[in-house]
Amino acid sequence: MSQNNTEPNQSSLFDASALVATKKVKKNKDGKRSLYKVLINGFFVIMCAIVAVPFVAGLFASFRPGQMLIRNGLNLQLDFKNWSFTNYGYLFDGSTGYLDWYKNSIVITVISVLLTLIICYFVAYGFAMYNFKFKNFLFFLVIATMMVPFEILMLPLYKEMISLGLIDTFAGVILPGLVGASTIFFFRQFLSGLPKELLDAGRIDGSSEYGICVKIIMPMSKPAFSAMAILSAMGSWNSMLWPLIVLRSADKFTLPIGLNTLMTPYGNNYDVMVAGSMFSILPLFILYLIFNKYFVEGMTAGAVKG
Amino acid sequence: MKGVQSILFSQKAAPYIFILPFIISLSFFWVYPMISTIIMSFQDIGTGYSEFIGLANYEKLLGDSVFHTAVKNSVLYTIFTIIILIPLPMLCAFLLNSKNVVAKRTYKSIIYLPALVSVVVSGILFRYMFSEMDSGLMNQILNFFGIDSTQWLKNWGTGMFALLLLATWRWMGVNTLYFEAGLSSIDKVLYESAEVDGANAWQKFWHITLPLLKPTRIYVTTISIYGGMAMFLESYMIYGGNSSPKNIGLTIVGYLYRRGIEKNDLGYASAVGLVLLIVALAISMVYLWSSGMFKKEDK
Repeated sequence: MSQNNTEPNQSSLFDASALVATKKVKKNKDGKRSLYKVLINGFFVIMCAIVAVPFVAGLFASFRPGQMLIRNGLNLQLDFKNWSFTNYGYLFDGSTGYLDWYKNSIVITVISVLLTLIICYFVAYGFAMYNFKFKNFLFFLVIATMMVPFEILMLPLYKEMISLGLIDTFAGVILPGLVGASTIFFFRQFLSGLPKELLDAGRIDGSSEYGICVKIIMPMSKPAFSAMAILSAMGSWNSMLWPLIVLRSADKFTLPIGLNTLMTPYGNNYDVMVAGSMFSILPLFILYLIFNKYFVEGMTAGAVKG
Repeated sequence: MKGVQSILFSQKAAPYIFILPFIISLSFFWVYPMISTIIMSFQDIGTGYSEFIGLANYEKLLGDSVFHTAVKNSVLYTIFTIIILIPLPMLCAFLLNSKNVVAKRTYKSIIYLPALVSVVVSGILFRYMFSEMDSGLMNQILNFFGIDSTQWLKNWGTGMFALLLLATWRWMGVNTLYFEAGLSSIDKVLYESAEVDGANAWQKFWHITLPLLKPTRIYVTTISIYGGMAMFLESYMIYGGNSSPKNIGLTIVGYLYRRGIEKNDLGYASAVGLVLLIVALAISMVYLWSSGMFKKEDK
């Protein structure tokens, strides 16, 4: 971006004449630079504000009676006289299925994250630590599954679930997504970076292959587990298409499916819809605030490799 | 018994045990449905019967004007999202890396926030922001500039705009993160030596950043092609269901869902799905080929 923007502690490494020269140029360019600084930060501040608009509009609407949403749409008006916490009250007083949906989403997310992480870790461990027959072909299959959009498989999977009797069950929602190619890929990448000598050391100590995997390598893989836990929790919490197909009865709905049913033109549950939407974002927001670093790591792992 | 145990615990068997869950899941939830959808696409399937009808489903697709509308919508949506969601995030990532940025982490965190929100919630928010009432946010903006309110979700162009704005809002931060990660892998020495040669910011961007971001760009474009071609729920939420006026919001997956789930015509829907797979694969292969991905071995 800017030339000669050498930091003071960095320039102290150079000889004095260079330092003087740097300072001179700095002075001349100061005016131009501060304008540039205002522009670039202004750009990002405006962009952040635009990004925040839908959230703020949704938050405002969650305080208004639901009928106003249908009549007026979403906007940024501060019409405090219409505001109340009534809608949030409806979420918790048991008059709707909202709390059930919340509970179901938590149950499904926790179970699938735990199982996905453990299974994908083991599979990735097999790929990363051993050489075996058909390894390349099998790993090619991992990649191949990523190249077929899930949407194409959903009809036959739906038929399969019917014949397995898994329609309208949590197992039906969870099972097909347990072994995720991208999660395997990420773990394999991480595990490939660990020294293989660890395995031999473990073997000499008399540990079994599985003992090494669980007792030696797994504790070292904590960062990978954290990143993937966040990412798969996010995917599971927000998952909609597959649960929409599998789940039938209202008491088994997850949050996305339940909220979607409130959007029918015939119901008058708009009070719950927006407040419920805003409240459903909360867990991920809290996770994001605490584990910000892992979100970034998990997201970008695939791209850096290229 | 002991023999079995020693085999299971041998170094030779271990990898197969480790990857066993993958093989089981692959056969049940990938290979089987894949084969089954291919077979179904050659069948006429109703309740309690199924018969082979050869290529009839595919022939029907050729003359199905609703399907053509769906393909057009999906392809244009994909093209538009790529036009928006590659250069903009790339620029954002580049600017974020500037030394003049005061609160890089905060900006990045806020731009990423929409990615945390499910399609349902973001769809609800955007549906009512694009309300046709005068008091809807988007119409308020129009009115502010002296333009009359419009029925956003009743016309193709404005409806597509709503879908694209939703996509931009949701994926801007994610793609910026990708490009940011790509940028951080570029050797700083390159920039320093360019500075020594007197290159300005633009020259550095054009001659160093852009070419070296190519792997990231290819990755992001490929996932955008898949994401765009398979888009369904965004439209489903914005239009409040799988039907939109004159099918302006219908996508290929939307049509697959309509035929397969809503009308229970699994054979025809499977043909729709396979066409989607072939088109998506073809587009990404052509893209990868044209960007020289397959020439790597020559070097």
